[in-house]
Amino acid sequence: MVPLSAYVAVSAVLFITGLLGVLIRRNFIIVLMSVEIMLNAANINLVAFSYYLESMAGQLVALFIIAIAAGEAAIGLAIIIVVFRGKISTNVDEMNLLKW
Amino acid sequence: MVLVFFTYFALVSIVAGVMTVALKHPVHCGLALLALLLHVSGLFILLNAEFLWAVQVIVYAGAILVLYLFVLMLMNLKTDDRYLHSSYRYFLAPAALGSVYVLSLLLRSPFAGTKGDAPTVAVLQDGDTYAVGIKMFSEYLLQFEIVGVFLLGAVIGAIVLAKTPKPIVEKRGR
Repeated sequence: MVPLSAYVAVSAVLFITGLLGVLIRRNFIIVLMSVEIMLNAANINLVAFSYYLESMAGQLVALFIIAIAAGEAAIGLAIIIVVFRGKISTNVDEMNLLKW
Repeated sequence: MVLVFFTYFALVSIVAGVMTVALKHPVHCGLALLALLLHVSGLFILLNAEFLWAVQVIVYAGAILVLYLFVLMLMNLKTDDRYLHSSYRYFLAPAALGSVYVLSLLLRSPFAGTKGDAPTVAVLQDGDTYAVGIKMFSEYLLQFEIVGVFLLGAVIGAIVLAKTPKPIVEKRGR
């Protein structure tokens, strides 16, 4: 029997990995991927608690998180396409204008 | 047996997550993210969440990741020489220290709470998909509709953002 704290530990490690990715990577697409890692870590946490506390609510919230991650990916990648069309690189340090 | 599978899925997902952050080429990062998503879905299987496993494979690995790879191929990115933040070393040490501290706290915590109304036996009787469906369309119906409207808005917003802009006509010259 795997203890609940093992799942929480895996989720914490993945979340910190994603957070580090957001902080240190400079490519906008990789930053979005790191956000996906963090959302997955939250999902592991929710599903693990839903199993060990015998409630369905965690799985439902995880489903909603997946839906919102899909929306976030679509909007983020559309923004990347627009920025790239303006001949600005996808380095997040060089994207400092709201309008050009 | 469950412990063996848990160890495998947990270790591979952590390694794939680190590779997603650390690899240089964006396409390699995307493939490492694919490995991460599939192994996280394996963790969902161990937790009796088969419906979430299917959603994870179809929506994450099938749709979101393909969207990422599509944009990567469309833009034909060159790998930057300087792909990390210039002062990333200042982030690494505090993050490692903080994660060790949080992990030591997490592994010692008991994590008890009030039990809900869906014990494992009752869920396994009709299947996880049945249980999720009953719950979603009774208690979480409003949230379900809100997510539907949100996704519609996201799709319309993505199309409006990404479509080719019309050339700006000079209005003074009419």
